[in-house]
Parts: sequence; C-alpha cells; structure tokens
Amino acid sequence: MAMKFEKKGEGEYLLDMQGYVCPHPQLYTKKSLEKLKAGDVLELIFDNPSSSESIAAMCENVGNEITSQEMDGGKYTWKIKKG
Amino acid sequence: MDAKEKKNELWAFGIVGFFILVSVWTYSLSEYYVYLIAYLWFGFVYGMALQYGRFCFSSAFRDLFAVGVPRMAVGIMIATILFAFVASIITAMGLSTFHPAPTSVHSAIGGLIFGIGMVFSGGCASGSLYKSGEGNGPAMIVILSISLTQATFVDIGGVFNKFVPASWAKSALEKGLPDSITVSDGWVDQYLAGYVWNQPVTTFAKMLGMENTSFAGAMMGDFLVGVVAPALLLLTVVYFFWGRAGFRKKTIKQKGAMTFKDEFTGFWVMMMASKRTAIAGLVLGVACGMQMFVMRGLRLKFGINNAGEILHNLGSDFGLSVRGTVFDPGYWYVTTQEAQWVGWALHKLGWNNMDNIFFGYVNGIPNPLFNPADWMSIALIGGAAVMALLHNEFKWKAPTLELALWAALGGFFMGIGSRLALGCNIGAFFVRVANGDPSGWLFGVGMILGAYIGVKIFNIYAERRMAREMEACGL
Repeated sequence: MAMKFEKKGEGEYLLDMQGYVCPHPQLYTKKSLEKLKAGDVLELIFDNPSSSESIAAMCENVGNEITSQEMDGGKYTWKIKKG
Repeated sequence: MDAKEKKNELWAFGIVGFFILVSVWTYSLSEYYVYLIAYLWFGFVYGMALQYGRFCFSSAFRDLFAVGVPRMAVGIMIATILFAFVASIITAMGLSTFHPAPTSVHSAIGGLIFGIGMVFSGGCASGSLYKSGEGNGPAMIVILSISLTQATFVDIGGVFNKFVPASWAKSALEKGLPDSITVSDGWVDQYLAGYVWNQPVTTFAKMLGMENTSFAGAMMGDFLVGVVAPALLLLTVVYFFWGRAGFRKKTIKQKGAMTFKDEFTGFWVMMMASKRTAIAGLVLGVACGMQMFVMRGLRLKFGINNAGEILHNLGSDFGLSVRGTVFDPGYWYVTTQEAQWVGWALHKLGWNNMDNIFFGYVNGIPNPLFNPADWMSIALIGGAAVMALLHNEFKWKAPTLELALWAALGGFFMGIGSRLALGCNIGAFFVRVANGDPSGWLFGVGMILGAYIGVKIFNIYAERRMAREMEACGL
C-alpha cells in the first residue's frame, strides 16, 4: 500500500502510513505537521508499533497535541492537533 | 477478549510451547544441549525486551537527527551502563566470556558504513530481528540482505585481491595459517590477518595500568572511566541539543525562568521520558550480564572453551572450523550467526567457503539446527512475536517494492560494515562498550556519524516524496 496524504476538510488532513516501517511513519508525520497551520488536525494511520513511541515523543517535544489514540489489531489511528 | 486477541494468545502460547519442547526434547537426548538451550532462552528474553521497549539502535540516532526524539539514545545508555555494571562484577570475578577486539580506525569506518545502512533499512541488526517478530516483512528482507552480504563478502577474492595493499598481503602470509585457509586469495582474509590482527587489543583498565580481572580495574577502569563517564557525557550532549528545548519551554511558561536546579530536573525528565524504553534497557542490561555469567558457568561445567567441542561430542562435526571451533561468543551477538546460516546454505549448494578465515578458521558453518548462536536469534524473533501478540501489536506487513529496496540496500551496507568492524550495533558497540573495550566507542562514533549521513540522504528522498503529496492538497 502506498503512502497517502489528503485533505479531508477545512483544517483536517489524513496521512495513511499503513504498511510502512521505520523511519517512514515518523519522518512523514514530522514533514506533514511542519506544513500545517496551528490548530489544523492531522489524522494519522500507521501499523508500525516502533513508530508510536517516536511520534508521541516528537509531538510532546514540539508542542503538538495528540487528541485521540486508537489501536485495533495492530492498526493505530491517532489525531494530532498542530500546536 | 475478542476472537482476534484469543487467536493471538494461542499463537503466543504456541511459540512458547515450541521453545519449551525444543528445550525438553534436546535435553532428553543429551545434557550437552543445555548449552544450546541457554542461548535460546537468553535470546527469547532479548526479543521480549526489545519489542516491549521498541528498542532499536537505529532509531536511537536516526530519531535524534531526523525527528529530534532522544528517548532511544537514553534507553541505550541506560542499558549499556547496567550491562557494564553487571559485566564488571563478572569480570572482576574472573568469569567473563568477553574478549576485547583490535582497536583502530577500522572500527569507526565499519561503524560509519553500518550507520548509513541502519537508517536506510529502518532497523539495526537486533532491531530487524525483533521487528521480524512483529510480522514486519521488510525487516525479514534486511536480515536476508545482511546475511547474504556477509557470507559473500568474507569469501570474495579474484579481482578484489588487487585492492589489497602489499603490506597486508605480506603480513597475512607471515601469520602461518593452515594450508586449508587460502589467505592470499580473499580481500577480507588479508584485511583480517594482514591488518586487523596487527592492531592493539586493550581495555580502559589496561590503558590506566590496571588488570581487568582486579576489582579496581573492572569497576574503576572499565566501568567508571570506560562506560559511565563517556555515557554521561553523551547524555549531557543529547540533553542540551535535543532534550532541553521542550522542557525549557514548559518551565518558562509555568515559572517564568529556568534555574540551574531545573536543568537537573530536565535531565531526569529526559531519562524517564519513556518508561517502556527504560524498563527494556534495565532488563537487557541485566540479562546481557547474566548471559556471560551463565555461559562461562556452562563452559566450566562441561570443561570446554568453545561450543565446537560440544558439537563434536554430539557427533555433529560438519562445519567446524579447521581448529574445531564454531562461533560461540558467550554473550549477545547478532550478525555472525546470520552470516553462518547463509554460509552453510551456500556450502550445501557447492560453494567452498571453508577456505577463508571467517568461516574456515574462526566461526565454522555448523548446521543451523545445532548452532547455539543461531538459536539465540531464532528465539529472539520468537520472544518479540510473543510480546507483540500478547499486546495485540502483531501484524503481517508484506514488503512493497519501495520498502524492499530500502531494506536490501540497508542490509547490504550493514553487512559490509559489520564485517569490517567485526560486529554490529550489538557485538561491536553494545557489548564492547559495556566491557571497557575502546574499540566499541570507535564503532559508536562511526555509527552515529553514519546515522547522520544516512538521515541527510533519506531526508532528501522523503522531502521530495512528501512535497509531491502535499502540493496535490495545495500545501
């Protein structure tokens, strides 16, 4: 499955990194968030467990808020609000 | 518990049951198999700890440079200090299985190539094993690529002999190796016998004029000077460049200013930022030290110095080196046994690879089913799979062409780097640093620099890719 980035609505974006392994999910998440405006929300879908800790720490460091975290059968769906 | 969780739990029990069955069955055949069983269960513990803490040396330095996250660099230093503490006690008792490696610039060069490779592949040598246990297809390609590259690289001769300096060729011939080892035909052979073996072998204790096996040498020289001091220095650098900014921002927002005392609090917050990683570091550090103690105890029990003697006693003589030895580090190691299984397979296909130093003189190519170090890696994958299954994190990910290419390329670089440095992030860095061997830090410096270069290259690729995607959304 290829990486997918799309606009879902005003200030809402989706980054689908399913199938991707380190370092792709964390790196593409960082690059996506850098381009978004403060207050925009990125819905991130990934299935690489190792990336979860890195993405959470990255958001904490730069002040982006993870507003929801779901995990089902190895599939992570997170919503990140740009700080 | 839903059906999927129940199925995962059954798989986890199945894997544990398989390893128990292997242990009980082999022990019933011969007490000698305890040696293999010990490797197996330490590997299992490593796998569980690695998966639980998402413990990957690649991520330690890659995530620092790529996304500014220090948690794994911190976890690795915690594990190294704990391993070093246990290892120092065992060394002082004269029960260590560790042998320092030759120290020279070759460790740093090997580390640099390895570091670039681990960024491309998305996981270091040990990381690729545990990620395979999570169902990660690209990680399996990394393992295959590392294994194939090493097994081929150690035997290349012919046109590559022209790239061997004359001094290496002369020095290699002077080593008086057995006739079965064609030392004049093979780049790695002449590199090893003509260069690496001529380099000094030392430890921090010896450099300070102390005996390794003395309490002062092990604790002061190897542990405090060789591990704790450089690890604290590295952690301080990591804190000031990557850990401090976020904490400072929060502190100033809450208190208006950042005091000197707050710096210590910030340092501690960075150390404890990821409990999972810190716990994994603790388990790995203690388990690594204990493995050295247990393997040494088993050698004393069986009156042996190398597992080759056990294989001989079990009637499995195939693939022993010309000296009757096989790869038997007595501690955690990854890459050599990966080279061995491919070396064994290539030999079965008709490739005579027992005329080189790596296989024919030192490590052998025993049947993987009887290779203790191989079982450590197999059980590591199993331990990681059990942990992933129990946390509902196991998911099969088939490699896409894009990821397969990155994995193969990264594995290639790691294979070359690990043979040049005589080990990977575990054997050449983690174990050596923890045992006061300065060549471990040289590998580390090269690996960190390699990770930095790897991130720079990877960033160019990711930047272009992401820009295309975002342009389509008007960003």
